[in-house]
Formats: sequence, C-alpha cells, structure tokens
Amino acid sequence: MSTISRDEVARVAGLARIDLTPAELDRLAGELDHIVDAVARVSEVATPDVPATSHPLPMTNVFREDVPEPTLDVDEILAGAPAAEQGRFLVPQILEED
Amino acid sequence: MSTVSTTAVELVDYDEAIDRFDPVIGIEVHVELGTRTKMFDPAPQTFGAEPNTAVSPVSLGLPGALPVVNGTAVEYAIRIGLALNCQIAERCRFARKNYFYPDVPKNFQTSQYDEPIAFEGYLDVELEDGTVFRVEIERAHMEEDAGKNTHVGGSTGRIHGAEYSLVDYNRAGIPLVEIVTKPITGAGARAPEVARAYVQALRDIFRTLGVSEARMERGNVRADVNLSLRPTPESPLGTRTETKNVNSFRSVERAVRYEVSRQAAILAAGGTVVQETRHWHEDTGVTTPGRVKSDAEDYRYFPEPDLVPVAPSREWVEKIRASLPELPGARRRRLTDEWGYAEPEMRDVLNAGALDLIEATVAAGASPAAARKWWMGELARTAKQREVELAELPVTPAQVGELQALVDSGRINDKLARQVLDGVLAGEGSPEEVLVARGLGVVSDDGALLAAIDEVLAAQPDVADRIRGGRVQAVGAIVGGVMKATRGQADAGRVRELILSRLGVEG
Repeated sequence: MSTISRDEVARVAGLARIDLTPAELDRLAGELDHIVDAVARVSEVATPDVPATSHPLPMTNVFREDVPEPTLDVDEILAGAPAAEQGRFLVPQILEED
Repeated sequence: MSTVSTTAVELVDYDEAIDRFDPVIGIEVHVELGTRTKMFDPAPQTFGAEPNTAVSPVSLGLPGALPVVNGTAVEYAIRIGLALNCQIAERCRFARKNYFYPDVPKNFQTSQYDEPIAFEGYLDVELEDGTVFRVEIERAHMEEDAGKNTHVGGSTGRIHGAEYSLVDYNRAGIPLVEIVTKPITGAGARAPEVARAYVQALRDIFRTLGVSEARMERGNVRADVNLSLRPTPESPLGTRTETKNVNSFRSVERAVRYEVSRQAAILAAGGTVVQETRHWHEDTGVTTPGRVKSDAEDYRYFPEPDLVPVAPSREWVEKIRASLPELPGARRRRLTDEWGYAEPEMRDVLNAGALDLIEATVAAGASPAAARKWWMGELARTAKQREVELAELPVTPAQVGELQALVDSGRINDKLARQVLDGVLAGEGSPEEVLVARGLGVVSDDGALLAAIDEVLAAQPDVADRIRGGRVQAVGAIVGGVMKATRGQADAGRVRELILSRLGVEG
C-alpha cells in the first residue's frame, strides 16, 4: 500500500531545495514507500517494554565547560566563501517570500 | 464606526475596537544567555567585535564539526524555568529546525521541539496601578541565535531593494532561551499594557537571575507578539498574526494596540484576518505583512543526532532552585512591608527606578522614610531637570546615607543638607567634604549661639521685654534673627531653648 505520494516527494524536495526530474520523483516515491514499509515492521516486533528512542547512545548530559577556546582567523573563515566583503560573507540578494 | 486611514490601511479607534472585540495575545520572548561561550561550541560570546572574529567550525556548520552542549547554558535555562514556576523536564532533547536563510549557516537551527526543558509555568505580572495579572507559560526551550545580515544597496538598508547582503556569524550559536506563553485572555482593553508589563517583568527576572544582561537596545531580549480578536470572550479564538522582533517595552504595547485597531477594521468590514508574520516599524508605529504562513513554515523538525539527551537530575534541579535569588516580585512585596511604604508610594518608587537606590541608601544607614524623601524629592527633581535617570546622577546611595547621617546627628539641618547635596551633585566631593569646604554645618557651640542671641536681643529690647513679660510666642522673631545671623547654620530648636533660658522664661 502506497503511503508516500509523488506530490509529497515533490513538496519535501522543494523544501530541501533538491531539484528532481519527473522520472526521479516517480522512482523515489516508490523507493521511499519501500523504506517506510520496512521501518514500519519494527513496530510489529517492538513490545511495549521496549522504550521509544531517538538516539542510539545510552548517554545523557554530555556537557562542556563554559570556557572559550581559540577561534578561526577571519581569513580562514572566508577562505571557503564564494564572495566576501568587509570581513563578511557576501550573499546574493535575499528576497522575501511574499 | 469611525475609521482613520493611514496609507490605505483601515484602522478602528482603539476604544471602539475593544468595545466590539475581545483581544487574545500570545508572546514569544527570546533571551540571549550571558554565558562566556556559545550554546554548542566554545567560541566566545562577543558584542561589537569585528565581524567573524568569534566563529569556529561549529558556528559555521563546517562538515565534520560536532556540537557539544554548554552546561552553563543548560543551568541558566533551568534557572529561568524555575523562576517562571515551570516544571523541569526529567529528560529532553534537541531538534533540528530546517530552513534556508543566509544567517543560519548550517541550514538548520538547533532548537528544542517536542521536548522543551521547561513547561507549564506562570508569571504574576504587576501592572502600573498595582493590579496583578497572571500570565500562563506554555514552555521555555533552549536554542541558538542566528548570524547578522547587513543589506547593502537600496535606499534604507532594508531587505527590499538591497543588491546583496553581508553576513557576520559572530552571533550565530549564542545560547537563547525562548519563552512561549499560553494564549493570554481576559486582559480586555488592558492587553497592550499586560503585554508590555510581562516583557518588562521577564527582563527584570533575567537580570536578577544573572542569566543575561538583558539589554533591550542590544537585542538581548526580543519579543514576537501574537494577536487575535474574537467577538466575545466565549467565542473560539480568531485568526492570529505574529508581529516579529518588537524590541522595546513601549513598542510591545504599541504593536498590540496597532494590531487590535487594524484587525478590528478588517473584521468590522466583514473581512478575514490573514494568518501571517508581520514586521514592526519602530519609526512609524505600524506593522506590515511579511511571509504568509504556508509550506515555507514546514521546518521538518527531527531529533538532533549529534547531541545526546539532557536529563537534569532532580538533585541538580533542587540545588539550582535553592540557589535562586529573591525574585523581583517577592522583593518588592518584602521591601514594601519592611519599609512601611504605602502601595502608591512603592509604585512611585518603582516607576522612578529608585528601588535599588533606596535599598542601598537604607543599607548605608538611612531610614527608609529619609531615603525615599531624598530620592523621590530633591534628587528626582534634579534628575528631571537634567533629563537623566536617577541612577545616572553623580551621587551614590552611600553618599545619600552619609548626608542623612549628618542630618540625624544634628550637624546640619534639612536646609543645609540640600546645599550639601548641591555640592555633591556639582562634583565637589563627599557630603563631609562639601560641608567642610563650604563652611556649612550647624553652629552647635552654645557659646557662639549665645553671643549671637545677646546681639539680637540687644538690637530688639522691646521684643525681649515682651518675652520676659510672658509672651513666649514672640520668641520667633529672635530665633529668626539668630538664624539669619548664623546664615541658617543653627539648630532652631536649640536656639529657642537658649533664648528662653537667657531671659529666664519657662518654655
């Protein structure tokens, strides 16, 4: 049974700014459906005594002391920038989505 | 219904709007925590530093960079949660909020979504007339700030018309706590005032807790104001707008008023309010539409895989609770009692920003009544004349305490004390120094006073005779003469006693 529609794939791809061809949309809708089905099987074997988890590591409270450490030089930071000006990243015109 | 038009936007007069509709507000406040380093990386927090000088691979989201949570920021978030009477989660996690914007270098903001660190609290907010209004808190969660865009080109530095933008990531990653209210109902016409008082109360709490400098003008505290109208308090909630980045107390109040008037005009004309984000314009006092809430608002939150959950032990939470300082509301109530001020007196003190000053003056030895008299009298007048805040006057609470001690010891009277204070405000030194330098000070040497008394009596023998004859009230003329002769530097009560004993008359 299909749970992931082609439209949904197109919408999520749009949100993630991934450009997909119509053929890719068709293929991915099918593949994602298989993946979702496979994952859904986990819930068939998971009994109520298995707690839901979002993280594989059995750890909590991994904290850092609030102590500053050296940062990168501005030159290093901007080395990977396509364009820079006055020590800052230069980005193309930002248009409001309205 | 009368309407006024401003640049094609219909507004209904505020009072009329409130007559017809019930406003519901919701406020989201972001506070930048005053930690030394960022939320997830050890780059230092700086303000006003050269662009991109406080940036690490984690701030930039470079491939392979891994975040680690700042433990102090978690503690500060718990402090805020406890101060807002919230429950603290036994276990919570971070989530990625995905969106594309140049000031978010990772293309997601690390935030909390379904598991905030604090939830279900409230804050009792005191309005200017003393009314207490309870604001229910939905949640307080941890997240990180974004970088700063500067728009170049175009006429106004605004995003519209800009040719390109420059991005500084110094601010990216600074710890934030976002505090979200439940819908605030029942405020009626006072909704704008409640909104303002709430944000102001939060600012005071942040400062008292020591979790942020909470300077509005630096953007340490920023408010988003949601507003909707409904026909009656029994009606379902109306469609809301969210006005972003309202960054002063006054603007919070104005933005609510404006949206009430604007939405009322739409609804009264039979229209529907569009659910959207709006921008606040400080200069013109209006809001304008921003993004319409749509697919673009789908942030596809998911649990942050690079961070393990935060599970504050109950021992830790209780230890933090025990270390909380006295909060502003409780402090106000305690001091009102201790000082014996009437409620309106205390409100005047609060509104004048004199609470800390008076407390410090009392700590310096002055009575609460005397401390209030100085700060709310002479000093308040001076501050008003100079157009500065009380705290900015060049006089310390310790000096006011010293001044009052001079009065209490009888070395100066109230009139001289005002002259001494003038000297202190003119930068002539401490009260003692001014007193000595200006040769003020009550003449307390009886010998010197008697010499002056004898002179005045000799000059007015008829008055002296009348006093001797039993007309004690005539002594006022002699007292006046002596005060004049000593340039006011005598204790009038003592002078009166001496005159009467000199003339052999019972007071």
